Amino acid sequence: MSAVSTRASASVVRSPRRRRRLATIAVAVLMVVAAVVALGLGDYPLSPLEVVRALTGQDGFASTIVLGWRLPRVLAALAFGAALGASGAVFQSLTRNPLGSPDVIGFSTGAYTGAIVVIVSGATSSVGTAGGALLGGLVTAFVVYLLAYRGGVEGLRLIIVGIGVTAVLHSVNTWLLLRAQTEVAITASFWGAGSLALVGWSELVPAAVLLVVLGAATVLLARPLRQLELGDDVARSHGLRTERSRLALVVVGVALTAVVTASTGPIVFVALAAPQLARRLARSAGVPLAAAALTGALLLLVADVVAQHVAANPVPVGLVTLVIGGAYLVVLLVGESRRAP
Amino acid sequence: MTDIHPTTPGEGGAPRLEARGAHLAYERRTVSESLDASVRDGSFTVIVGPNACGKSTLLRAFARLLTPRSGSVLLDGRDLARVPAKEAARTVGLLPQSSQAPEGITVGELVSRGRYPHQGLFRQWSEADRDAVATALAETDLTDLVDVPVDELSGGQRQRVWVATALAQQTSVLLLDEPTTFLDIAHQYDLLDLFARLHARGTTVVAVLHDLAQAARYATDLIVMRDGQVVVTGSPAEVLTAELVERVFDLPCVVVPDPVTGTPLVVPRRRGLV
Repeated sequence: MSAVSTRASASVVRSPRRRRRLATIAVAVLMVVAAVVALGLGDYPLSPLEVVRALTGQDGFASTIVLGWRLPRVLAALAFGAALGASGAVFQSLTRNPLGSPDVIGFSTGAYTGAIVVIVSGATSSVGTAGGALLGGLVTAFVVYLLAYRGGVEGLRLIIVGIGVTAVLHSVNTWLLLRAQTEVAITASFWGAGSLALVGWSELVPAAVLLVVLGAATVLLARPLRQLELGDDVARSHGLRTERSRLALVVVGVALTAVVTASTGPIVFVALAAPQLARRLARSAGVPLAAAALTGALLLLVADVVAQHVAANPVPVGLVTLVIGGAYLVVLLVGESRRAP
Repeated sequence: MTDIHPTTPGEGGAPRLEARGAHLAYERRTVSESLDASVRDGSFTVIVGPNACGKSTLLRAFARLLTPRSGSVLLDGRDLARVPAKEAARTVGLLPQSSQAPEGITVGELVSRGRYPHQGLFRQWSEADRDAVATALAETDLTDLVDVPVDELSGGQRQRVWVATALAQQTSVLLLDEPTTFLDIAHQYDLLDLFARLHARGTTVVAVLHDLAQAARYATDLIVMRDGQVVVTGSPAEVLTAELVERVFDLPCVVVPDPVTGTPLVVPRRRGLV
């Protein structure tokens, strides 16, 4: 008892709440710095100072480049990254598992299936592809939820069913691509890699509006999510309608990823890694929503900078996140298997 | 410290919780076809009975975790299934049999989450919330540990944190599902004394306990169950007889006065000594 008391007084000094706030602010600052740097990179390089001047519209040509071309892509990386980070945080908290993410439970693969079906059937508009992806992702998420439902949804079962459904859809996708004509298959594959290259203001604005609405919903659902972390019995004894809250959270979590996927194609890893990185940075209880969103934004922005400027030719950002994500997933799985008895 | 609670027998006090012909069942298993039981206002009611007799199930029905298939469970005379969830949670608190804290959560944060039923969709953390948490921490002797992660506490301290979380809920009824199960004997009595203090201050306490000596010491009312039915209810002094214990638990025994409190003490006649 006395040992714990000593420990307690030490804890008061380095208050966990303060550390959390500091970590969140640090990530936010890093995010702004990264954004300014990203806005300066390209065939027409600009210093951070020039970027700031261009943003305020004081420099005609630079302003056109920064505001017209680079800003929508940087903002898209931030907004979509934040959405993926928040979505991952919701799923990891619901499933009580660091593997819980919309990618792992089949959403992204289902969206890809939907997009391929649309592209193969001859539609050429990006709206059609987005619609197909949305439908494919939502149907997959719904099927996974139904298959995992047994008088309530338990985290691990959701993940396992998701992995199974993902495997099936992967082979469906391969089959569809093999049957398609070469150029159609290439178009579909390009979409499937996930890229921010085609996002301009006209694509960003409607997506951003949806994300703001979903973000507000996430904030309102944060408290129920914190209750669900205590287990269903305690949450219900605190007056939470657990199944209803869980369904609302799944819908919002899926919708956050759906909006991103429909705009860019599937971008994996961000939803998986951002919440865990944020949790380690903030040393928080459970998965922190706000910090996960900020970390997601930072991650996707950095990944997109790498995708555009590090390789000799620009590659889709989805490829960058896939490479980093694959490595991260291996580390995570090894850690999980060591922890398991 | 053993005689701080009044052991008044079961008279007066309107029922706070009541099961009426309640059919209690899980997905594949029926526990009670038709159960009647009630908890008096201001009582310290202890539910006892052999394993799988349905005592935890009754508590779950009182806690709104299980809705009866037919019949009803009433809270202050109202059908519990129709009472809004948060309103019920402001009246009845629960200490579940086992609970898991999110990794890394501090004592203060966990206890704060007990304020959920008092918070609205947009309502921020208030003065009343802070007071309730501070009081709950003080009552459970946890004020010094407020910033310590729950993972780092001992079993007894951890159980007190969950009690504090339920106390922060500020309910007039407190349900306890085998609250002492994983604790050593000294911590068991520490916790029971805490419940006795809460009871003395007017909280209606309902506990599922295994230890009959503890039940006899702390209960004002006993509900004795077997095979999903209530066998008998009443004060420990009236109810706990050798004949009843043998009938309900299939355990030949003698009942003697507890040398410390005078309450009934069940002594088994096994191990070839008699």
